[in-house]
Amino acid sequence: MEPAQSGLMNETDQNHQLTLKDFPYIVNWNDSRCKRCGRCTAVCPVRAISPGVVVRTQVTSEGATPEPVKQRSVVQVVKQSNEIDQYCVGCATCSLVCPNDAIEPQFNPNHRFLLFKNKGGDSYKRGGRRNDPSLSTIEQLKFTRISMLTDPALDAGRHEFRIRTYLGRVLPPEDLPVKVTGDTLGLIPNTFIPPVREIYPIMIGSMSVGALSPPMWEGLAMAVAYLNEEMGMPVAMATGEGGVPPRLLRSRYLKYFILQIASGYFGWDEIVHSLPHMVEDPLAIEIKYGQGAKPGDGGLLMAYKVLKLIAEIRGVPMGVDLASPPTHQTKYSIEEAVAKMIQSMSMAWGFRVPVFPKISGSNTAKSVLNNLARNPYAAALSIDGEDGGTGAAFNVSMDKMGHPIASNLRECYLDLVSQGKQNELPLIASGGVGKRGNLAANAAALFMLGASAVSIGKYIMQAAADCLGDEYNRCNLCNTGRCPRGITTQDPKLYRRLDSDRVAERIVDVFVSADTELRKIFAPMGRSTELPIGMSDGLSVADKAIAERLKINYVC
Amino acid sequence: MCRLAAITSDKYFSPMDNVLALETMKEGHDGSGMGLAMKDLGGEFKGMKDLPVLSCICSKDGYPTLTEYMQKKGFVERHTWAPKTRPVAGIQGRDYYLAKVYEYPEQYRDREQSVKDDLLLRTRLELKRMGQADESIVVFSFYPDVIMLKEVGDPLALGEFFGLDKANIKAKIILAQGRQNTNYAINLYACHPFFLQGYGSMTNGENTAFVPIREYLTGRAHPGYTGYNSDSEVFTHILHYVVRQLGFPLTYFKDTITPLTLEEMAGRPDGDALRLIKSSLRMLTIDGPNCNIGFLPDGTTFMVQDAKKLRPGAVGGVPGRYALMSEECGVDAAVPRRDKDTDVFPMKYDMVIIPPGAKEIKVWNQLRAAS
Repeated sequence: MEPAQSGLMNETDQNHQLTLKDFPYIVNWNDSRCKRCGRCTAVCPVRAISPGVVVRTQVTSEGATPEPVKQRSVVQVVKQSNEIDQYCVGCATCSLVCPNDAIEPQFNPNHRFLLFKNKGGDSYKRGGRRNDPSLSTIEQLKFTRISMLTDPALDAGRHEFRIRTYLGRVLPPEDLPVKVTGDTLGLIPNTFIPPVREIYPIMIGSMSVGALSPPMWEGLAMAVAYLNEEMGMPVAMATGEGGVPPRLLRSRYLKYFILQIASGYFGWDEIVHSLPHMVEDPLAIEIKYGQGAKPGDGGLLMAYKVLKLIAEIRGVPMGVDLASPPTHQTKYSIEEAVAKMIQSMSMAWGFRVPVFPKISGSNTAKSVLNNLARNPYAAALSIDGEDGGTGAAFNVSMDKMGHPIASNLRECYLDLVSQGKQNELPLIASGGVGKRGNLAANAAALFMLGASAVSIGKYIMQAAADCLGDEYNRCNLCNTGRCPRGITTQDPKLYRRLDSDRVAERIVDVFVSADTELRKIFAPMGRSTELPIGMSDGLSVADKAIAERLKINYVC
Repeated sequence: MCRLAAITSDKYFSPMDNVLALETMKEGHDGSGMGLAMKDLGGEFKGMKDLPVLSCICSKDGYPTLTEYMQKKGFVERHTWAPKTRPVAGIQGRDYYLAKVYEYPEQYRDREQSVKDDLLLRTRLELKRMGQADESIVVFSFYPDVIMLKEVGDPLALGEFFGLDKANIKAKIILAQGRQNTNYAINLYACHPFFLQGYGSMTNGENTAFVPIREYLTGRAHPGYTGYNSDSEVFTHILHYVVRQLGFPLTYFKDTITPLTLEEMAGRPDGDALRLIKSSLRMLTIDGPNCNIGFLPDGTTFMVQDAKKLRPGAVGGVPGRYALMSEECGVDAAVPRRDKDTDVFPMKYDMVIIPPGAKEIKVWNQLRAAS
């Protein structure tokens, strides 16, 4: 086989070209099955494959004696690029559209991709989460304290279960503004009671309008409303940085949403101007100081995702990179600036809305925790572990920065226990919840380590909208605006592929089934009316070091 | 399942009544121990109701240590009761079983009761610490008008061992528990009932929320919230915390351990306060299966169940004598002549309360907040 046109391929020295073996995914194209329809090359989001033409020479002999005839023919083929900017991301969209199963990318475990993905000095940026397919700590935890003969287990199918949690600063019992009159307790009037919401303990974590496509965000919002109003499951959803559509701000559905304010303050001009028109308070306000996927980095929305709607909501020009600073520029100390920010946000809604910070998992989490524990207006602490996802970040931040959620959460919880404040400041854990598909088991393990609630992001994109990303760096194109599923793009050609109704339906499926699975975990452990927060005697792990660090049982 | 037998009466009665009730409820093997909590004492303690009684077990080595310590602290011994033990097969006796009545140290005699309570608690905990390593001193309570007696063995055999049928020890409220040990190592400190500063209770079943509850209680900065050799000890401490420390009426103990849902609270006149309590005391929610029987310093006795009523419980009797038992046959043994139709089997929302003097049974309903 030779190229139809002479060119570089005819040169003997291809020394500065990469081989396909250097790439993370190698496209297996089956010549004999391919009917040359061209769908695969048209749909490839990164142009890793392209139609090509080659000349084939075939020698045939048809007579009784050898009479070789040389035949040259021009043949259409599918070629994989060996340009680093057009590397195959393994999304397999080509396989999806191929009518004859003639093409499929295959993971190449010996790739050397990161050695080359910095052309022009441009460091590798991507979406997704940490590329580490090994079992996380929370995935290794087992539930081993099963009630059987000592006492009957509960019945997951028939007993009454109440899977709820609180978001908000809970007063210690000694400080409750109640007084006894006769045999009854009554409230002492005109005393401040911090707002506390009763919510479902699995929350949808911060993903912004802008990072997500309109149908994805719409699907999430519809599902949250449906879960709350039709299924009786008070699922909360955080908006991420970048505001929300003005219509939602003025609607009664706002009460299901946690508005996030982050270091770029994007979207807050619209939110502040909507304040007088709000018919409901938001569920809570999340102040983002850090994100597990990229500690030390602020939010990042690449220019090609900043289209008209996004620009309007965020109050910025179209087509510019929106990089939030790594920290809030007003923040000079946690004692003053953070406290003031919490109070300011509380004041904006008349102290009726819980306000809580979100940080990335870190060795310094306990310091933050202790500051918040002393701040009576801090409503919770959300800790995002290293396995959290993001729409755009430097690969080095995602892969190498951050702290696993399990031990970070545990030491924070035990620190609160030592102060007797474990019920006052709820801990929200996130980062890798459901990474292997075990949403309920991961959530339950985190509750037993001390979390009052967990947040999911990447999981819901995968489970509800078929996000193709995984820990083998598959796809992870969220930052480019070329999401082949239409989840993280603002390109109508791409997001038209995503049906918001189907997304909403799948989200409801996910929550309903997770609820059943939580009961299946809690019932044999004898817990039903409250979450098993801190019930660490129910957990075990077959790793002594983890058991010692988390202060749980070791089993083997 | 542990057997629970409580009797409250307007007349003094022997703890043997409770032991016999336990015996009727016996099923299967059960030799892990019996505990007795006697309140409102009669017999030889009748005239010393205001003075603290130290209930303890001592070895020969521990006895002089205890005596010396109490003297050093200024406690003056007024009276000692020690059961006349008899050898009984299967019971390994210890050197001294004691109920010692003391005068308060002089500087405390005119102090308010809360100060005296703290002194008694500190003293009990210190004695426990001193004797814990070699089990030379085991202390169950140090409080006025209350005696606790515990030992490993079958309840009926223990009754005989202690000579309870002949002893001049009587009370108006007695809680007894035959502990069928399944969950923990046999340990005298794991034996019910438990007692703290006037509040006593016993429980059967497994407390699945034991660890978070224990962690929460130990963070309340009360020195009495310690021990926890049994997952049921937390019930006594929750009772103490809710009623004594927080000052809530007794019914809020039920609202704490088995809180209503927010929807159910809407029907309660105190719904606003309940919502706050539910979130603030969330860590003290139990899931059972449990039947819990207890008493308050004023002599009120009660029975509550877990929120699913996973354990039986029966209360019955006549004005002047009521039995609170884990099974109906126990009530039959304690008060055979009664109108059985008036027996109460508390359900998930119920709290049976018998006011001091044992004149009547009240069934408080959690949904209606009324009897």
